[in-house]
Amino acid sequence: MRQGQGGDEDAGGSGESGSMGRGKGWRHAMKHVEFRTAASAQGGLVVMAGVPGVAAGSRVQLRDHAGRLRSGQVIRSADDAVLVEVFEGTDALDLERTWVRFLDEPFRLPLSRDILGRVFNGAGLPRDKRPPIVSADRRDINGEPLNPAARAYPREFIQTGISAIDGMNSLTRGQKLPIFSGGGLPHNRVAAQIVRQARLLGEASTEFAVVFAAFGASHADARFFQESFEESGVLDKVVMFLNLADEPVIERLLTPRAALTAAEYLAFDLDHHVLVVMTDMTAYAEALREVAVLRGDVPARKGYPGYLYSDLAEIYERAGRIRNRRGSITMIPVLSMPSDDITHPIPDLTGYITEGQIVLGRELANQGVYPPVTVLPSLSRLMKDGIGKNFTREDHPHVASQLFASYARALEVRGLAAIIGAEELSDSDRRALDFADAFERRFIGQGEDEDRSIHETLNLAWDLLSMLPPESLIRVTEEELAKYHKDTA
Amino acid sequence: MGRILEINGPLVKLELPQTLIGEQVRVGRMGLVGEVIGRDGGTALAQLYEDTAGLRPGEAAEGLGWPLSVELGPGLLGAIFDGVQRPLHAVRTLSGDRIARGVAVPSLVRETRWHFVPAAQAGRTLAGGDVLGSVQETASITHRILVPPLLHGELLELAPEGDYTVDETIGRVKLADGRIEKLALFHRWPVRTPRPFRQRDHAVAPLITGQRILDTFYPLLKGGKAAIPGPFGAGKTMLQQQIARWCNAEIVVYVGCGERGNELTDVLEFMPELTDPHTGRPLMERTLLVANTSNMPVVAREASVYVGITLAEYFRDQGYDVVMVADSTSRWAEALREVSGRLGQMPVEEGYPAYLGSRLAAFYERAGRVETLAGDHGSVTLIGAVSPPGGDFSEPVTSHTKEIIQTFWALSKELADARHYPAVDWLESFSGDVKSAAKWWAQAVDPEWEHARAAALDLLAASEELQRIVNLVGVEALSSEQRWTLESASLLKEGLLQQAATDEIDSFASPQKQFALLAALLEIHRQGLKLVQLGAPARRVIQLPLLAQARRWKSQHGSDDLEALKAKIAAIPEAFEPLLEDYAAGAGRG
Repeated sequence: MRQGQGGDEDAGGSGESGSMGRGKGWRHAMKHVEFRTAASAQGGLVVMAGVPGVAAGSRVQLRDHAGRLRSGQVIRSADDAVLVEVFEGTDALDLERTWVRFLDEPFRLPLSRDILGRVFNGAGLPRDKRPPIVSADRRDINGEPLNPAARAYPREFIQTGISAIDGMNSLTRGQKLPIFSGGGLPHNRVAAQIVRQARLLGEASTEFAVVFAAFGASHADARFFQESFEESGVLDKVVMFLNLADEPVIERLLTPRAALTAAEYLAFDLDHHVLVVMTDMTAYAEALREVAVLRGDVPARKGYPGYLYSDLAEIYERAGRIRNRRGSITMIPVLSMPSDDITHPIPDLTGYITEGQIVLGRELANQGVYPPVTVLPSLSRLMKDGIGKNFTREDHPHVASQLFASYARALEVRGLAAIIGAEELSDSDRRALDFADAFERRFIGQGEDEDRSIHETLNLAWDLLSMLPPESLIRVTEEELAKYHKDTA
Repeated sequence: MGRILEINGPLVKLELPQTLIGEQVRVGRMGLVGEVIGRDGGTALAQLYEDTAGLRPGEAAEGLGWPLSVELGPGLLGAIFDGVQRPLHAVRTLSGDRIARGVAVPSLVRETRWHFVPAAQAGRTLAGGDVLGSVQETASITHRILVPPLLHGELLELAPEGDYTVDETIGRVKLADGRIEKLALFHRWPVRTPRPFRQRDHAVAPLITGQRILDTFYPLLKGGKAAIPGPFGAGKTMLQQQIARWCNAEIVVYVGCGERGNELTDVLEFMPELTDPHTGRPLMERTLLVANTSNMPVVAREASVYVGITLAEYFRDQGYDVVMVADSTSRWAEALREVSGRLGQMPVEEGYPAYLGSRLAAFYERAGRVETLAGDHGSVTLIGAVSPPGGDFSEPVTSHTKEIIQTFWALSKELADARHYPAVDWLESFSGDVKSAAKWWAQAVDPEWEHARAAALDLLAASEELQRIVNLVGVEALSSEQRWTLESASLLKEGLLQQAATDEIDSFASPQKQFALLAALLEIHRQGLKLVQLGAPARRVIQLPLLAQARRWKSQHGSDDLEALKAKIAAIPEAFEPLLEDYAAGAGRG
């Protein structure tokens, strides 16, 4: 859905297209002209005839016979036929009684400091019964790709207070770290807890903001977040973009883009540290598939279009930091894996773009462990650069690695015990089993309001590692063993 | 001058007669650039390298008269280019933090003056690829100025030693037909045409990456082709960055094709701080980056791998060993699929066009060790990452690639989940170059290499078999000897195969260190085996403190500190002696 329109439209006239006998004046007038030349309509698409010189990607406004307004976008433009995608669909549209205006600009979002504390719909219009944002600063919601040479690498550790994340899959400022979840799992509660607790070590929280985007979410989910923001008293720091489950599907394609345009403004114009929470990326991808099918695009996997990867990347890659700018965008998209399948195209392609993933598991959730973070398939790619000496604590990288190794081995033992029975296990295997239980209960499991410091998390990790014989802990150094292991210390 | 007829995503139909397929076009008021991919009567179909939103039917279009080409000359090293060789630092100066459309910047800086030392003599007949002279571009790399490959004629004059910009005329050549051609420090070459060479050579030496699982177990020769397939999170990028950092090539071309922006930033920020272990110079001096991150336009993604390989071939033609890392070839294939879908071509597997396999093969064929036109030897080693959807190696891109390459470094999700890095699966991976590599190792390191490698792989395979039994009936069902095999394999995995990229000492292992560790761990295995065969229970042998100590050797002794490691290795039998005395005596009594 890359449809950004060139900077200042029409600036400086247009010599080339002037040769067609239509100058700047004609196109300016075009914004105000309604065409009634719809030649055909089907499945959300309308073909307009006899409208030459329409810009690709331009916004369109349709008025039907009942006077209702619909919006759309030009997806193909030739002199004899212009193909328009109508966001609200083509139901109850009469070709002879449809009036179409070409607004000659892409979708834009008006921006000012006043967006903080506001609630918008998926296309950026107010849904909180307050007046629209008025600003001369109106930005194309598609943005422009960030130059890799302008990025600053994320290195600042964000403490979320959740051990499974801080200790083993640390989040850094400017990272995009999705939550892979499934129906019925507490991903919303985890996301809300991160929003409540996230802070930088050794820094009083300065200018921060939250951008929350929901697409295809239920009214209950939207209310849950709203209440959670209210309770933690950050509501005036939150901008919300809501396109709920019963609202136009195609508008979902705009929602994350509008939200990220607001986030970029807050981060890189107003120097805020912005946390973007988006839910649910699966609903977004399904909307994209729906539109792709209408357009007749060749499907790749499971009916999703071949450009799903590029399209998701346009969204996710808007997270990050920029050199010489103070603000940052940290992104936590929530994604429910269809049938808990991590190899489904949506989580699969997401995992190739984002900098890791926090995976929630049904097994842990069923055992009553909250947050049910399945640590082995979880990953934070930027962790290595944001932890350890000078960032968190010198033993952090090794402790994390050791926890992964010990827990992975303990799970193998648990699988074995299920077959041959725990009585048959050797002594060291039994210790591993106890470790696995304690690790899940005490390290992964914690209260929804429990905010653990990174030191608490690491000390807890050593308590648990001390259940295992020191000689089996080869990912930590001998000095660290001497200092922290309860048997040797 | 033509005009735009229709805009459909990145495809634009133009009224533009007399253009060649493959020719570059510039369209619209924004001056967007693209290439012609089809002709029909007086119309041309072009795909643009940039987003087409805002273009209108009726706007002007022109053919530029040349295919997609790169500029080859001094100033390439240390640079970062986009998928069509625009220098990203210069683009930033012009258009700010975000890449605006229609930005036109020359690929090579025009202002810099390079100190040129002539080597050819006026009056002599020159052929393409001959060396005109050289520019010391960085402390470690001498940039040889080559005659453009297709040029042949008499050198009328050549500039004396001095400082020149890349586009100043430094010489004139009289062609056979009497025309006179000017020479500069740089020339252009179309990226989709392989650069010519005299003949292919046998690859003779392995590429040393400093990564034990690669060098010792699945070697790749200089001039070879390798693939790194792996699901997300298996550590593909990390492994490729390790190769780019530590390999003993003289030039590294790193192509980030449809990957994360932050990864390139990481390379950009990190590389200048690192020194080349082989020359002691900053790594950035031998590195070129080509970046088309996943949020940059998809058509330029398709071009980016060709830009990368052409840059690699150019340095090969100067007589260098070049490594090109392409991360990821799957994104390139997907870009191909996207464009073919828009053209309405019949898809075959998973939406990919029928020509996927032949395109991949033709691309990988550009790797190789060659005798250059000037009679030097140079090589391009091509390492392509593959990102199979869902980690399924039977998907089209992985399976086609597997048929083309010689070395296959398969990454495993299970290993990565247990944080066993590099997560190269020792059973799935293969190398067709072991025999050739063995000759080198026998000469340069130790004649025992091939045997030791095979013994270690046997041990790993045997342990995999035993593990299956253990998973069914538990470890108690195994004999002492079998349990010792399991333990030795685990020692190999933890003490040798696992290698921490973030650990200063462990990050790079010289071939000597690799072999020393391998030999040491095998020696421990043999000593233990002897004991177990004498009747010692495996449990007692496993408890020897030596086993925990040996797992740490890799990160205790750097490649320049092998004496201390060798001392420990020499002491291995001592650690077994007390037990050996017990059981040898026991056996004697019995």
